[in-house]
Amino acid sequence: MNRNVWRRFKNNAALSIVYAFTGLALVPLGLVLWYTIIKGLPAVSHPEFFFNVERPVGIPGSGISHAIVGTAMMVGMASLVAIPVGVVSGVYLAEYGHARWATWVRLASDVLVGAPSIALGLFAYAILVVPFHHYSAISASAALSILMLPVVIRTTESAVGLIPRGLRESGLALGLPRWRVSLQLIVPAAAPGVITGALLAVARAAGETAPLLFTAFGNPLWSLDPTHAMSALPLIVFRDALTPYKELQDQAWGAALVLVTMVLVINLASRWVLRRQIRLAGQL
Amino acid sequence: LSAVVDAGPKVPAAPKTIDRYRTFTAFVSCAAPAALIVIVLTLLQQALPAISHYGAAFLVRTAWNPVTLDFGALPYIYGTVLTSAIAIAIALPVGLAVSLFLAEQGAQGVRGAMGTGVELLAAIPSVVFGIWALYVLAPFSLEHLETPITERLGFIGFLSGAPRQTSIFTASLVLAIMILPTLSAVSRDVIRAVPRGLRESSVALGATWWETTWRVLLPAARAGIFGATVLALGRALGETIAVTMVIGNRDEIPPSIFSPGYTLASKIANEFSEATGNLYPSALIELGLVLILVTLTVNLIALLLVRSTQARMAA
Repeated sequence: MNRNVWRRFKNNAALSIVYAFTGLALVPLGLVLWYTIIKGLPAVSHPEFFFNVERPVGIPGSGISHAIVGTAMMVGMASLVAIPVGVVSGVYLAEYGHARWATWVRLASDVLVGAPSIALGLFAYAILVVPFHHYSAISASAALSILMLPVVIRTTESAVGLIPRGLRESGLALGLPRWRVSLQLIVPAAAPGVITGALLAVARAAGETAPLLFTAFGNPLWSLDPTHAMSALPLIVFRDALTPYKELQDQAWGAALVLVTMVLVINLASRWVLRRQIRLAGQL
Repeated sequence: LSAVVDAGPKVPAAPKTIDRYRTFTAFVSCAAPAALIVIVLTLLQQALPAISHYGAAFLVRTAWNPVTLDFGALPYIYGTVLTSAIAIAIALPVGLAVSLFLAEQGAQGVRGAMGTGVELLAAIPSVVFGIWALYVLAPFSLEHLETPITERLGFIGFLSGAPRQTSIFTASLVLAIMILPTLSAVSRDVIRAVPRGLRESSVALGATWWETTWRVLLPAARAGIFGATVLALGRALGETIAVTMVIGNRDEIPPSIFSPGYTLASKIANEFSEATGNLYPSALIELGLVLILVTLTVNLIALLLVRSTQARMAA
């Protein structure tokens, strides 16, 4: 009897620890969001923050419009390459997953997910900055597209994998060639899942700083030229946060708030799309 | 006997059709492996001047002097390994608890919300963790963690010294928060893959939840959880920006974990855009090469561990 009391006590203690630690894990999320909102609001509450470009310390009316546009442009250019290539690769993995080559592609993309982003920045610097002798948005996009690629590949593969065999078999039974089954039946059915992957990749790329440090480099002026240095939200946060000026620190918090909002909205949207996909795949 | 079996009538081979769709998609899918190889080779080529000039001694020397072109990587390797190790030590118990919580049956509403919360933690950009750590976590850690610990346990060498806001310890704390989602998500999947029968047999024998978890679930999922930890270690090793903002950036092997240090990634982030000449950038790229090779190896090991566990469970 005494032993069972001890066992029950041990069980309850372990359960409480598990619950407590799980709660503890969410504390940083709450704190990061809370402080970003509280400290970012003063900067964000001025409308010129979204319409002006950076101004020197002491001159009011500084803004980050050029960084918002820069982030959008660089991530957009990276998506133009990474999403099509990633989707086609993912479809290949899902359609011909048992081929020996597919194993290597899968392994490579899983390993690539973990490649340090700063190394991708060094790589882009070596191939696109050194030959042209100046920093450029396009080199940053190259680094970001490598970062996005494995995310798109693996989510596309699992989205296509969710589609029931029956759909493919009915297509093949009707005498359709494999590519038409794939492109006209399977991929459209898996589209929401594929979009989820693309959105997640976009969110990941938008928040990355390390690959931009010596590719896009940052630019205090308005610039839409992809062959020149360009600003980005993460660069503003990184550089301004480390300065001793209160105004710049506020600007960094404001940029952080904009960045977090962007990334979380994209993330939640992708979740919503994914839920629809799972429901849809269940109906097929 | 096999001769008899093989001696059937010859079936003509089916005419070979070229599946162009397959060829095309397979060709496009070369992008990921090709990128991986090209990245490593490019960095290797860019690092060659430093490699040939300093040789293997580069990895074990502690100098970093751009004026005399005297470079060594040891303090940065030390800082990278130490921050990651402390981060794992902090994140592992919490991550394991989260994964046990998420893998349990029942109350899926609460678990789903918790799971979403942990995944959103993974979505927050590194630089936002950085600015938060710099202005909120670092002062808190100095006042409520570092100072009390040095006051009470300062006689232990690596806990001694005057604590600083920006230190190895603060960087490790941020890293622990950042790797928590990876650690708990992968562990959860591994724990979920443990066959139901195992758990049910244990419960049927009268074991409590804890006894089932400790004696059945965790041992069965051990290799996979180890894999998840190694995967998280890979993330920690390569993390750049948040660490750069709070580690203190000092070129030495710090005596205490409360002193400022440096990591491979933050050294590159801070100095690369100012590096001039030939050997200086090349030495920084060699740091990057060391970093990517270590990270890729660690990742590969982790993946193989996780996959072999999941395959064994499925069998």
